[in-house]
Amino acid sequence: MQHRKIALLLSVIPGLGQMYNKQWIKGLLFLVFGVSFIAVFADLLNMGFWGLFTLGTEVPRDNSIFLLAEGIIAIIVTCFGLAFYYLNLRDAYKNGKSRDNNQPLNTLRAEYQNLISQGYPYVVSGPSLFILIFAVIFPILFSFALAFTNYDLYHSPPANLADWVGLKTFQDIFTVDIWRSTFFDVLGWTVVWTIVASTLQVSLGIFLAVLVNQKDTRFKKFFRTVLVLPWAVPGFVTILIFAGLFNDSFGAINLDILAMFGIDPIPWLTDENWTRVALILMQGWLGFPYIFIVTTGVLQSIPEDLYEAATIDGASILAKFKNITLPMILIAMAPIIITQFTFNFNNFNIIYLFNGGGPAVPGSTAGGTDILVSWIYKLTMQSSQYSLAAALTILLSVFVIAIALWQFRRTNSFKEGA
Amino acid sequence: MKGRVFLRRLATYLILSFMTVIIIYPLLWTIGASFNPGNSLISMSIIPENPTLDHYKELFAGKDSLQYGKWYLNSLKISFFTMIGTIVSVSFTAYAFSRFRFKGKKNALTLFLLLQMIPQFSALIALFVLAQLLGMMNSHWLLILLYIGGQIPMNTYLMKGYMDTIPMDLDESAKIDGASNTRIFLQIIMPLSTPMVAVVAMNGFTGPLGDFILSSVILRSPEYYTLPIGLYKLVNDVMGASYTTFAAGAILLSIPVAIIFLMLQKYFVSGLTAGGTKG
Repeated sequence: MQHRKIALLLSVIPGLGQMYNKQWIKGLLFLVFGVSFIAVFADLLNMGFWGLFTLGTEVPRDNSIFLLAEGIIAIIVTCFGLAFYYLNLRDAYKNGKSRDNNQPLNTLRAEYQNLISQGYPYVVSGPSLFILIFAVIFPILFSFALAFTNYDLYHSPPANLADWVGLKTFQDIFTVDIWRSTFFDVLGWTVVWTIVASTLQVSLGIFLAVLVNQKDTRFKKFFRTVLVLPWAVPGFVTILIFAGLFNDSFGAINLDILAMFGIDPIPWLTDENWTRVALILMQGWLGFPYIFIVTTGVLQSIPEDLYEAATIDGASILAKFKNITLPMILIAMAPIIITQFTFNFNNFNIIYLFNGGGPAVPGSTAGGTDILVSWIYKLTMQSSQYSLAAALTILLSVFVIAIALWQFRRTNSFKEGA
Repeated sequence: MKGRVFLRRLATYLILSFMTVIIIYPLLWTIGASFNPGNSLISMSIIPENPTLDHYKELFAGKDSLQYGKWYLNSLKISFFTMIGTIVSVSFTAYAFSRFRFKGKKNALTLFLLLQMIPQFSALIALFVLAQLLGMMNSHWLLILLYIGGQIPMNTYLMKGYMDTIPMDLDESAKIDGASNTRIFLQIIMPLSTPMVAVVAMNGFTGPLGDFILSSVILRSPEYYTLPIGLYKLVNDVMGASYTTFAAGAILLSIPVAIIFLMLQKYFVSGLTAGGTKG
């Protein structure tokens, strides 16, 4: 039998394969590491997987939610364990293969130096990965897992246990009448909101950048500073300021501005459609400066000869804009424009801070201007419908990822980036 | 021809002036509100007849439900440490991704891209449930860790993209001279990436300042609030009644932030246009 196969087989117990290859110290390290891994995590893994499958059997001893959390940690730990195990197997196999080919094995010192130089990227990016796993990936996995349980106010610890219910919550979203109608209402408005608000802010930003950057515009510096102001002031402050400006009883928009033109007060905060109009206008105000800045950068990089050639050919200003400026901007800024759309799709702050997603709709958990994100927030924080909120989170994430991937593939940045 | 040029210029200035008014008006209105006597805005004017500093004093009067100074410090602390943590973790990771070939690099990049698209608030339910059960309420450090985690995917992409444009020859000649990886990183790559570091720093600092979701889940007692939660509660608990006080608080926050922003603008705009347009 070849060395590589024997070493691989012996490595089923970490370290033995290395020892067979006469790499005693390394083998010992692998063995110690493997044994201590099991010793340290045995309880956690045992308990975690049991809890993950049953979500608890006895009240009040078991707490379904803790068990679920432990279960997910157990899965993450297991992944690390498997990665280590794979390394162990591969190392034994590779060294066995070198022996088969009669090549000398590396000494421990050489291996160590190898590890240091090859391990450098792992060492420097390790902490980030660690933070990412525990601050982002673990909570997301946990949220996703909740979608397949019946965890809500009536199935929550310590008095009750939650249970796995499979896809029932997803099914309910589409079959229970009140949920279905709310879901589609909210989704519909979310899509309209995303498209209209993003288009408004992008086109406004581009338009103003073109205006300011005309050769004969004076006071460029002044206009640029003013136009960047909405970006410079913290967004939540601006939204709260606008909430006051639009206020039905004391807001300046009704009392001063509209009154000046002799228009009757508009119910900005109590009529669903007017709230929507106000939200879209505000997002235009808040969102255009970023596009304005980036467009200004792009405009300055368009070579002057293009315009000169076009002028000689007798092109009008409009033609020059349509055939030179706009295409250049759109090509250069495609990724940024896409992120505006995904940003607004999840733009919780403006919806929630302005009017709490209101005005309230009778008999529904979502207000008239709630987008998916803010509806999920309310379901979690106010009505404790955790599993429903989690299921919606999954639907929303799938939706966003699908669109973003599709778009990123169409632009080149995906290929370049990866 | 001359007439058309004149019309175009006229239209340009009209539109730009109109935008200027629309942008300046809400800001002036807030400044006016903050100096208006009393709590009512119904009879307020942008230039108050009897301007008062009462609302500014009230912010620091030390009421239990209105600890403006504390909120300010909390926000500064959280933003500052998030910024530092983000810069350190992001630039090291981006360096690894930009300069080394290693197993799992492609998978890690795909993971980052994916995490960039899943909004961090997906974690909301988990945080709400766990924070309640574990008693992790009111922990600023937990919040900072979560913010850093949320900043890593997108900013790593930006930073990697920028570092990719720095020629490899520089590293190689330094390596021949015997410089270690860390030294190359600190003395060559980082100084050359300054514009993008500025962008990452800005994202790290303003991220927590604009967050309402995560902080409202974790911070529950007024003394631990950050400015977004504190000011939101101030406006909404008794809508209208304390709006003038809110206005004062908003001014004290916005003016320094806006000034710093405008001063640093030129540093991060170059990074933004370079990184952003490349994707």
